[in-house]
Amino acid sequence: MVRRKNSRTLLKLALVGVAAASMAACAKKPMPVTQQPAPPPAAPPPTPQPPPPAVTQQPTGPLPGSTQDFVVNVGDRVYFDTDQYTVRDDAMPLLDAQSAWLRRYPGVQVRIEGNCDERGTREYNLALGARRANSVRDYLVSHGVSADRIATISFGKEKPIDDGSGEDAWQKNRNAHTAIVSGAR
Amino acid sequence: MTQARSFPQRLIALVFTALCALTALALAPPARAEIEVNVNRGDVQPLPIAVPAFAGGQVGADIAQVISANLQRSGLFRPLDPASFIEKDLSAAVQPRFADWKTINAQALVNGQVTVEGGKLRVDFRLWDTFQEQQLLGLQFTSSPENWRRVAHKISDAVYQRLTGEKGYFDTRIVFVAESGSRASPVKRLAIMDQDGANPSYLTSGDSIVMTPRFSSNSQEITYMSLTPEAATVYLFNLETARRESLGSFKGMVFAPRFSPDGGRVAFSVERGGNSDIFVMNLANHSSTRLTSDPAIDTSPSFSPDGTKIAFNSDRSGGPQIYVMNADGSNPRRVSYGDGRYTTPVWSPTGEFIAFTKQTGGQFHIGVMRPDGTDERILTSSYLDEGPTWAPNGRVLMFSRETPGGPPRLWSVDVTGRILQPAPYPGAGSDPAWSPLLN
Repeated sequence: MVRRKNSRTLLKLALVGVAAASMAACAKKPMPVTQQPAPPPAAPPPTPQPPPPAVTQQPTGPLPGSTQDFVVNVGDRVYFDTDQYTVRDDAMPLLDAQSAWLRRYPGVQVRIEGNCDERGTREYNLALGARRANSVRDYLVSHGVSADRIATISFGKEKPIDDGSGEDAWQKNRNAHTAIVSGAR
Repeated sequence: MTQARSFPQRLIALVFTALCALTALALAPPARAEIEVNVNRGDVQPLPIAVPAFAGGQVGADIAQVISANLQRSGLFRPLDPASFIEKDLSAAVQPRFADWKTINAQALVNGQVTVEGGKLRVDFRLWDTFQEQQLLGLQFTSSPENWRRVAHKISDAVYQRLTGEKGYFDTRIVFVAESGSRASPVKRLAIMDQDGANPSYLTSGDSIVMTPRFSSNSQEITYMSLTPEAATVYLFNLETARRESLGSFKGMVFAPRFSPDGGRVAFSVERGGNSDIFVMNLANHSSTRLTSDPAIDTSPSFSPDGTKIAFNSDRSGGPQIYVMNADGSNPRRVSYGDGRYTTPVWSPTGEFIAFTKQTGGQFHIGVMRPDGTDERILTSSYLDEGPTWAPNGRVLMFSRETPGGPPRLWSVDVTGRILQPAPYPGAGSDPAWSPLLN
């Protein structure tokens, strides 16, 4: 923006210069000519000339195909209802994006980690987390990701991402996390 | 209870009253009609007992202290304050002055003496019925001096058995999961301690998450599971040799192991494609047999003490409930029908109960029921109670309890629900497993 305004100012200056020159060209009838140097064109009012702003440089977002790309631009976690393991409607766009990303980067291997909230007993939650991991795995496979690229594990209730004790925390902890194991840039 | 009745009968009556309180609603009137059954479990009063310091110096005092603490924690005894004792400096070789003990209402007296000779510790003790003025028990234990705590536990077991008619559980150990680190990044290590909290030590390094240790019912061997991001694996671990062995590799997760009563097999869950089923492995040849093939979650198998049946957890009817099947997998039937979610069935060593974790009304409970599902009794209630384990005599359960956001702690409750208390371990712990009696 600033840069463009500046160049407009320069353009104006140039036009003023041309106008001054043409005015000088169509002056009065010939007179005894005493040749004098043409007066310099009227100087325009001084305009401040700030130095051009600095150009900052940074990476252009995560490297495509990297783990960071997957986590930031796709999303690595989907959530489940209490005691449920079917993929929720609101998780499907994210899993669609996961499968598209995995199809684009076919060398990537992932592990789906099923997690549960603390409102269940340890062994049952291990089994429930395995169901969640496999629901996500099945979804990705049905969307074109080769099954042999996907491992699954359940952490049961052993690895909560929110250590609070209330519905908000429990909701966050009922999830399936897609971890990239290898093959990312 | 009449004054004339002898002392052990009185205590047996106490225990029997507690058991009857537990089951009175469903059982026919007990055969022992002379015992007054009162379903008010608050009526059970612990028996006043005196355990003066054993003669023989500090170790004698220490042994008496361990015995006293054991008896106190059982909830069935009330050790009297030594400051109230009239007769001092008792000798195991001389009859006590019964009148002195009756005066302070000590209904039983345990006295003894310790000698160390030739590098050996010898402990003589006697148990007296002070009102009947009779010796009930006189035993001598010999061991190495550093083993004095075990001698104290063995004396505790002898006293408990003589006075209640049931085997004791004091010469036992607890394996559990000692927890540290944050909740999101927990460090879980297998640990072991005596049942009274003494001699705690770690068995694993904490490199991987370990959980659900379980004792063999006839040896110092445990089975547990280890969880890494790559695999869930079941191990066998011999406490005496420190030898560790994987149950073998399976496709999918392996979890929820538990020994058969003879120690020759392990039942466990295998997860394949998200479906968990129960298998059993013969440890002699590592051959495994699938016992369930339902699309539901089937886990937490627990053998009946006669080995003929397996209780397990399944959500084949919707929510998790307790089922019992034959040990070959045949004839599974649901036994829990109460309101709520039932998990972690554990058959009692005596065979008379199945302990469980129940969730209802936003609370977790430890409870017991008959193996056919009748006589359900809820023993505890809190934000999160889970994972009961039985003392080898089937009288006491240990479990883990969490408060919201807090670390898990070990707790115990007796089978009547009357004696609920923190276990004698000050740190964070979960998944306790009670050993059989040591040899």
